[in-house]
Amino acid sequence: MFWMPIKKHVASFAVRPNLLDYDETRARFSWDAIRGELDGLPGGRGLNIAHEAVDRHAAGPLASRIALRWLGSEGEIQDYTYADLSGASSRFANILKGLGIARGDTVCALAGRVPELYLAALGTLKNASVFCPLFSAFGPEPIFQRLSRGDARALVTTERQYRQKIIPLMDRLPKLSRVLLVDAPDHVADNLLSLPRMMAEASDAFTIPPTDPEDMAVLHFTSGTTGMPKGAVHVHNAVLTHYMTGKYVLDFHPGDVFWCTADPGWITGTSYGIIAPLLHGITNIVDEADFDAERWCRILESQKVTVWYTAPTAIRRLMRIGVEPRLKCDLHHLRLVHSVGEPLNPEAVVWGEKGLGLPVHDNWWQTETGGIMIANFASMEIRPGSMGRPLPGIDAAIVRRIDKDHVEEIRDPGTQGELALRPGWPSMFRAYLHDEERYRKCFAGGWYFTGDLAKLDADGYFWFVGRADDIIKTAGHMVGPFEVESTLMEHPAVAEAGVIGKPDPMIGEIVKAFVALKSGFEPNEELRLELIGFARKRLGSAVAPKEIEFQPNLPKNKAGKIMRRLLKAREMGLPEGDLSTLETSP
Amino acid sequence: MTEAQIKEVIFKLLKRIAPESDPQSLGPDENVRRALDIDSFDALNFFIHLHEELGVTIPESDYGQMNTLSEMVRYLVKHAG
Repeated sequence: MFWMPIKKHVASFAVRPNLLDYDETRARFSWDAIRGELDGLPGGRGLNIAHEAVDRHAAGPLASRIALRWLGSEGEIQDYTYADLSGASSRFANILKGLGIARGDTVCALAGRVPELYLAALGTLKNASVFCPLFSAFGPEPIFQRLSRGDARALVTTERQYRQKIIPLMDRLPKLSRVLLVDAPDHVADNLLSLPRMMAEASDAFTIPPTDPEDMAVLHFTSGTTGMPKGAVHVHNAVLTHYMTGKYVLDFHPGDVFWCTADPGWITGTSYGIIAPLLHGITNIVDEADFDAERWCRILESQKVTVWYTAPTAIRRLMRIGVEPRLKCDLHHLRLVHSVGEPLNPEAVVWGEKGLGLPVHDNWWQTETGGIMIANFASMEIRPGSMGRPLPGIDAAIVRRIDKDHVEEIRDPGTQGELALRPGWPSMFRAYLHDEERYRKCFAGGWYFTGDLAKLDADGYFWFVGRADDIIKTAGHMVGPFEVESTLMEHPAVAEAGVIGKPDPMIGEIVKAFVALKSGFEPNEELRLELIGFARKRLGSAVAPKEIEFQPNLPKNKAGKIMRRLLKAREMGLPEGDLSTLETSP
Repeated sequence: MTEAQIKEVIFKLLKRIAPESDPQSLGPDENVRRALDIDSFDALNFFIHLHEELGVTIPESDYGQMNTLSEMVRYLVKHAG
C-alpha cells in the first residue's frame, strides 16, 4: 500500500526548527563547528560528557533550571536542578574515587529507572570510569555475561535485584569488588554498601580529571548471532553526536521539556534518556513506571512535554485505547514526536496526526552507532514507513559485499542491500571489548556494515527491510538466539534448540524456540511450561522465549548447524529456498 | 462470579506466563508485574486472556488500575456484573 508523504508547513510552526534546509546544513556541516558549541574541560584538560551535560550548566545561568524530573511509580516527584545534579553526581564520583575505582574501571548499574541510576551514570563519567547499564529485566545469566565480559569493578543495584540475581553469581565474579545498594539504609558488609549513606557522607565538590576525548565512557552490550553478547565501547567524544542529534533531530530549544521513554539498559535510554537533553540545558523527564496508556497521556499533559521520544510498541499500544489521546488530554505543548527501536509501521506514523495531533518521526540507529544516524526531520516531509535521511556529518549507503575487501555501492533506487555507514563519526563504537576479531569483521572496503538490510529511494530516503543475520528484535531490543539456545540446552530434557524471532504486530518479533527432546522425554504441555519457566529463571523476561514448540528433530545443514532461517521461513509460511544443504534424515 | 473464582483464573493465567513462579504467594498489595517479572508484552496478553476467560471487557486505558492482586479482583468484581 502506498502512503502519501506527510507535508510540513514550516512557516506556520511556532518554533523554528534548527535544521531548516537539509542540503545546505549537510553541505556546511563540520564536526569542528559542533565541537565549538561545547565547552571542553576548563584549562584545556580535554572533553568529558558529564562536564558538558551538567557542570557547565551548573556554573552558569541554568544552575537553577530543573535538569531531571523523576516521576516515581507511586506518584512521587523528585526534581534535580542542574546545580543539584552537579553536586549529587560529584558525590557519586567521590564515592568511586574513595573506593579505589579508577579511570577506565567499569561501573555497572542494574536497577529500574531510579534517580540513583542517573546520578551514578554522571558520577561515573566524572570519575573518568566507564558506565555500563544493564536492563533490570535480565535474569542472572545475561547479567553474569555482561558483568564478567565488562570487567565490572562496582555494581549499583537494589536489594531485591542483589538478592534474587547477584548473590548466586558473586563467586564467579572475582573482579567485582563493591556492590552499592540504592535502597539499603546502612552498610551490610565491607563489599556490600549503602549508597544513601555514602552519598550523605561524600563531598559534593569534585574536579573532573583530564579526560581525553578518546577515553572510554560508556559500555553497552548488544547481542550477536553466534556468540555471547558483545560490549560496544563508546568514548567521551561521542558527546558531539549526542549534542548534534539533539540539535538537528530532536530539535531541542531552550525551555523544552523532553521525555525519552527508553530504559538506560538500552542505549537509547543512555544517549537520549540521560545525555542529550542535559547537553542542551533542558528539562529531562524520567518515569519510573512501565508503559501504562492512561499514565503516559497524563505525563505528557501534566509535565507539558514539548519533545517526546518513544518506541513503536508504545505508539501501537496507544492506538489501542480507542479514544484518541489528544481528546483525553491537553497535548498542546507537544511539538515533536519521535520513535526508535524498530521500524514504525506507516499506519502508526499517520495515526500520530489523528491521535496526538502530530505525525511520528521515525529514526534509525543502533548500539554500535552511539547516536541517531538516519532520521525524519521536523522541517522535512515524512515518508511513512521510511527511517528518513542521514544526519549531517553522516554518510550512509546501500552496499553489497563482493569479497573480504571489496564492496559495491548500490545506487539504483529501490534495490535491497546492506545498510552501511562511512566510519569516523564521533560516537562510532571503538571496539567490542576484548573481541578485536568481531569488531574487524564489521568493516570492509571503507564501510561499517550495520547488519540491517535496507533500500534507498530516488529522493534519498532509507527504508528498512530486515536483519541480515539471525538477531531477534523484540520490543525494540536485540536478543541473540545463541544465548537463548545455550540456556535451553542446559535443561536435561533438551537435545536441540533453535531460536528465531516470530513476527508480532505489537512488539515486532517475539522470541520463539523450537526444541527437540532427548529420548525418554514426552513433548507435552507440562514440559513446555517447565522449559519456559526454566528459561525465564535464568534469562529473565526480556530474553526468555515466549513460545516453545516441540519438533522431533530440527533442520540442520551438512555441517550439523541448526538452520534458524529455515525454521523462520516455515514459521512464516514462506518458501523454504535452497534446501540443498539441508540434512533431512534424523 | 465469586472472588475466589476470579483469583483462580488470575493465578492460572499468571502461571501460564511465569510457570516458574508461585502466584498464590503474592501479597494482596504487591505489584504483580514486578514481583513475577512480567514484561509489557506478557501483561498485554494477560489482560486479553482475562477478557476471554471472564468475559469482562478491560480497555487498555484501565490496565494501570490493576497493578496488584487486590486491585485486579476489585476491578473484575465491579465490572463482571
